[in-house]
Amino acid sequence: MSTPGEMGTEPWPLWEVFVRANRGLSHVHVGSLHAPDPDMAVRNARDLYTRRNEGVSIWVVPADAITTSDPDAKGAFFESPAGKNYRHAVYYTKSEGVKHL
Amino acid sequence: MTSPADLSAVERERTPEEAQFDDLIAADSRIEPRDWMPDAYRKTLIRQISQHAHSEIIGMQPESNWITRAPSLKRKAILMAKVQDEAGHGLYLYSAAQTLGITRDEMMAQLIEGRARYSSIFNYPTPTWADMGAIGWLVDGAAICNQVPLCRASYGPYGRAMVRICKEESFHQRQGFEILLELMQGTDEQRQMAQDAVNRWYWPALQMFGPPDDQSPNSAQSMAWNIKRFSNDELRQRFVGMLVPQAEVMGVTLPDPALKWNDETGRYDMSEIDWTEFEEVLAGRGPANAERIRRRREAHEEGAWVREAAAEYARKQAERQLAASGAVA
Repeated sequence: MSTPGEMGTEPWPLWEVFVRANRGLSHVHVGSLHAPDPDMAVRNARDLYTRRNEGVSIWVVPADAITTSDPDAKGAFFESPAGKNYRHAVYYTKSEGVKHL
Repeated sequence: MTSPADLSAVERERTPEEAQFDDLIAADSRIEPRDWMPDAYRKTLIRQISQHAHSEIIGMQPESNWITRAPSLKRKAILMAKVQDEAGHGLYLYSAAQTLGITRDEMMAQLIEGRARYSSIFNYPTPTWADMGAIGWLVDGAAICNQVPLCRASYGPYGRAMVRICKEESFHQRQGFEILLELMQGTDEQRQMAQDAVNRWYWPALQMFGPPDDQSPNSAQSMAWNIKRFSNDELRQRFVGMLVPQAEVMGVTLPDPALKWNDETGRYDMSEIDWTEFEEVLAGRGPANAERIRRRREAHEEGAWVREAAAEYARKQAERQLAASGAVA
């Protein structure tokens, strides 16, 4: 399967858009768009994804610059945390009833 | 109950990918772009999402028709915002379709060459200002009814696009209701104009839900894949149920003499829908099919120089940047 942005037939590259809703929050992925260059991508992102005050800041990233984990190796790749319950606070039950713990 | 022997026979037929896909669907989870999916699932989604995108883009035309003639500056600003939203909705949906491996260019070519379908509703003309009200109230209303369940469609990018779209659509329906309400509170002529628009848009809006359940060949598979959540007739009933009290508030009459609540069935009885008209319009013989496609093709072709100039500018900028960084090194 081809990934958008990798195809020669698309005249404009694909950009992934991230919007910061407010100061103090992180930029969150909102969608993607096409644009010939980064400046146009930011302007298009403003028009497409922030028509109702959804954000105070926008990032655009060329889609083909993103490296992803292999979806087929999902199980194996994320295996490490499995069986390591002791990484969670709820694993420790002996302190139950003791305050501020 | 299935015996273990039967189960293993089924298991043997499925590849691990197929099993994973089936399990995700069975768990009402989401399929994401890089997951394996059956070809038919991919094709169905490409068809549905691109048709949906085309509908949003073509849907800009009947309304942009009234931007220059809106009765006040306020209404003009509202209509422009709405048409801009439709463009945005089209773009969200084209992006979602692209994650399935089709290019934007191919989708655009399908549309302007008349190879793709879009909602037949946009092939009706908009002769009066009241049509802007009727489109908002009835057409966008029907669209919302269809689209809210699609927010939970099993294909992640489609569902996410629908969430954004639904948030924005509710303003569309309310502004349409308000246009009609104001007309209904106006002069006799204005009331007549509102009623006339409702008469013309009511049936086409009900047809937007698609053919009756027993004649909808793709529905069962789409429901099995959790793309579609409710049947065409169910959604149509739900929509009519919402319209009846709204029409009362407004004072318009819904143009169906047989429309009546049936206590026994718990549904509205209504007249037969004229599906021959629907088929005609869908087949491209509606009042404005040729006009809509011609306009879209013109816009695409006349905008070619803008796209080329932007690409050329981007190329030159990149070149300059490369040269500058080379000079520093």
